[in-house]
Amino acid sequence: MQLTFNKQTDLPETTVPDARRSLVDLRCGQTAVLESLDVADDLSRRLMELGFFPGGDVVAAGCAPGGDPRVYRVDGSEIALRTETARQLKVRAGSIRGDVPSKSNSGLP
Amino acid sequence: MSAGDSCHNLSAVSEPATGQDSEGRSLRHYVALVGPPNAGKTTLFNRLTGLRQKVANFPGVTVEYHVGKARSSGGREVFLIDLPGIYSLQPRSEDEEVTRDVLTGAKADLGTPDAVILILDATNLHRHLLLAAPILSLGLPTLVVLNMADDLEARGGSVDAAALAAQLGSPVALISAATGLGVQKVEQFLDGSSARPHAAAKRVELPILQDLPGCRRWAGQIGKQSDYRAPDPPLWTRRLDGLFLHPVAGPLGFLAVVIAVFQAIFSGAKPLMDGVENWITVSGEALAPLIANDLLRGFLIEGIWSGVGSVIIFLPQILLLFLFIGILEDSGYLARAALIADRTMAFVGLQGKAFIPLLSAYACAVPAIMATRTIENKRDRLATILIAPFMTCSARLPVYLLIIAAFIPDRPLLGPLLGTQTAAMLGLYVLGFLAAVGTAQLLRSTVLRRQQSVFVLELPPYRMPSLRSLGLRLFDRAIVFLKRAGTVILTVSACLWILAHLPYKDGKPPQLEHSYAGQIGHIVEPAIRPLGFDWKIGVGLVTSLAAREVIIGTLGTIYGIENADKDSVSLQEALKKDLSPAGAAALLVFFAFAMQCFSTIAVVRRETGGWFWPFVQFFYMSAFAYISAWGTYILLDH
Ligand SMILES: Nc1nc2c(ncn2[C@@H]2O[C@H](COP(=O)(O)OP(=O)(O)O)[C@@H](O)[C@H]2O)c(=O)[nH]1
Repeated sequence: MQLTFNKQTDLPETTVPDARRSLVDLRCGQTAVLESLDVADDLSRRLMELGFFPGGDVVAAGCAPGGDPRVYRVDGSEIALRTETARQLKVRAGSIRGDVPSKSNSGLP
Repeated sequence: MSAGDSCHNLSAVSEPATGQDSEGRSLRHYVALVGPPNAGKTTLFNRLTGLRQKVANFPGVTVEYHVGKARSSGGREVFLIDLPGIYSLQPRSEDEEVTRDVLTGAKADLGTPDAVILILDATNLHRHLLLAAPILSLGLPTLVVLNMADDLEARGGSVDAAALAAQLGSPVALISAATGLGVQKVEQFLDGSSARPHAAAKRVELPILQDLPGCRRWAGQIGKQSDYRAPDPPLWTRRLDGLFLHPVAGPLGFLAVVIAVFQAIFSGAKPLMDGVENWITVSGEALAPLIANDLLRGFLIEGIWSGVGSVIIFLPQILLLFLFIGILEDSGYLARAALIADRTMAFVGLQGKAFIPLLSAYACAVPAIMATRTIENKRDRLATILIAPFMTCSARLPVYLLIIAAFIPDRPLLGPLLGTQTAAMLGLYVLGFLAAVGTAQLLRSTVLRRQQSVFVLELPPYRMPSLRSLGLRLFDRAIVFLKRAGTVILTVSACLWILAHLPYKDGKPPQLEHSYAGQIGHIVEPAIRPLGFDWKIGVGLVTSLAAREVIIGTLGTIYGIENADKDSVSLQEALKKDLSPAGAAALLVFFAFAMQCFSTIAVVRRETGGWFWPFVQFFYMSAFAYISAWGTYILLDH
C-alpha cells in the first residue's frame, strides 16, 4: 500500500456535502486535511497532544473488527477513536485524496 | 499490611537521601525520569537500576512510582524516580497531576528533583517533542534522551543530536534502552546531576505552552534544524495489524493465543511442578530424622513444610502466566486487544481502556486496580475497580489447578491442543469474566448511570519485548510469591498446626476433629454444608479470607497431620476422599466469585478513598459466591 501519491482523486459517489465531511467519511487508505475539532476543550487538547492538529494530514488506517473504533494515522502515530468522536473531527472541503487499497495501485506507474 | 507492600516490594532500597534546605524543609536528592507512554521509560529505568528498585507510593495520593538506585559513570549512587507516562503537564489525569507536582516541587516531602531525564521516542520525534516544551520550561537541568535509536536507524531515519541539543539548550543523548547503546551517556549525565547548583542552562526560545498548534510548529522547526529525518513507516506493525485487526482472523487469533497460554500453563509447567513437588517431599523426608523432638518435628514437617510447600509448588505456573502477560503487554498487542474489546466493553457501559486493567487483573487485582488510573472518567474507573476482582487472578490458579487435577480426568477434547482440564480451566476464566460483565451492567443500570465516555487510544508499533524487562518482571513476581508463602502462608500454617494440637487432653494432643482448629471448622460447617463442604474445607475457607491460595496451605497442613502416620498421601488423593464431585464444583464456583483477599480490600479502600466501596464489594461478592456455589451443588448433586 503506497500512500505518498499526491494524486487528487475526487470521490463524487459520496453524498455528504463537502462542508460537513468528517474523518468518518474517509475510506481505508484515504488522506484528508483536518479542519476543526468540534469537541469539548479537554478532549480537543488531548487529541492535539496525540497529533490531531487543524491543518494536519490524517490517514484512515483501518478499524477494529466490527468497524468501530476506527484507527487513524496522524503525525507519526496510530490513534484509535470511536466513530462518534471521529464524526466530530471535520475535514477540509475537497481535501480527501488517496486510493482505497481494494482497487490498489494497479495501472499506476 | 498495605497492598503496596504485599505485592510489590523488591530488594531493599532506602528512600532518597535526605537533607535540609535553608527553610528547614526536607529535601531529597534524586533524578526524575519522565516521558510519554511507550517511549521506553521502563526499559531505561530497568537498565539503569536493575534489581535495585522498588515500588513506592506518594503519600496521600494513589499514584505509585518506582524508585531505584542507579550507578553513575563515576561510580556514584543516584536515586532515580520513575514517574508515570504522560502526554503533557496539563493536569487532566491523576498521573499528570502528580508528575507536575513532583517536578515543580509541590510535593513537600520529596522536594524538587536535582535533574530530569526526559525520554522521547526518536522514531516519533515531532509529536514527542511536544512534551519537551513544558518540561524544559521548568528550568531544571534536563537530559533529553532520544530512545529507540536502533529502530530509527533500521527504518532509515536519522537525527543530529548535537544540533538538537543546541536548539533545546540541553544535552541530548541518542540511545537505545533495549540494546544498551549509548546508555553510558545517561550515566555520565547522572554523574553531574546532584551537584547543586547547576550551570544555568542556555536561554532558548520556548513556545507558549497553552498554544498547542504553536508548540507543534516549534517542534517541527526544531526537528528541521536538527536534520530530523522521520523513519519509514513500521512495515511489520502494518502487516501484523492486518492480521490481528482482521474482522475474522483478529478475534480468532486472540482466542487461539488465550487457549495456547492456558494449555502451556497446564502441560508446559507440569514437569517443573513435579520437580518442585518432588524436591519438597524429598527434602521434608530427609530433614525429618534430623529433628529429635517429636513435637517439633511434627510442627516443622507436617505443619509448616506441607503448608508452605503445597503452595510453592505452583510457582512455575504463576511465573508462566506472568511471562505470557508480560509478552502481550510489552509487545504492544494489549493495545490491539483493547481496541477489539472496545465494542464489547461499550455494551456493558465500559470502554476499551478498561480492558487493560481487567486483563492484568488476570495476574493480580492489586496492580490492576492501580492501573485503572489511566481511565479519565471517574465513574468508569470506579466501575472497573469494582469488577476487577472477579477476573481470575493468579492466586485462584493454584486452587483451580488442585481441584481440577483431582476431580477431572485429563482427556483430549480437540486433539492435543485442548484437553478436558484446560477446557475446565478456561470455563472458570470465562465464568469470572461473565460475572464481571454482569456486575458492570448492574452498576450501569443502578448506581453508576452516566453518559458514554470517550475512547482515545494510541496503538504503539509492535516491538520485541526485552528479555531483561521480562526477567525483572518474573523475578519481581517470584519474590512476591515466595514472600507471601514465607509470611502469610507460613504464619497461617504455623497457627493452624498449633490450633490443631490444642487443647491437650491427658498430656496428649487431641484428635484433629476435637482440636480448636476442628472446632472452628465445626462452627462454620452448618453454613457450608448446603454447598457440599465439610468442616475441613470450612477451616480452609476461614483461613483463605486472608488470601485465596492460603486454603491450599491449610489443607496441606490438615491432611499432613491427618496422614502423618501413612506414607505421604498427595493432597489430591486426600481431597478426593472428603469432597464429592458436586462439592468440588461448588468449591470452584465459590472461589471464582468470592473476594478473599486482604490486599485487594486495602487497595480498593485507598483508591476509592473510604471504606464504603470495599465494604459493598466484599458483601456483594461473598453473597454472589455463596448463592452460586449453593446452586451449583444442588444442580450437580444427585
Ligand atoms: N527497538 C527498541 N525497542 C525498545 C527500546 N526501548 C524500549 N523498547 C521496547 O518498547 C516497548 C515499550 O517500552 P517500555 O519501556 O515498556 O515503555 P514505557 O511505556 O515508556 O515504559 C517494549 O517492548 C520495549 O522492549 C529501544 O531502544 N529499541
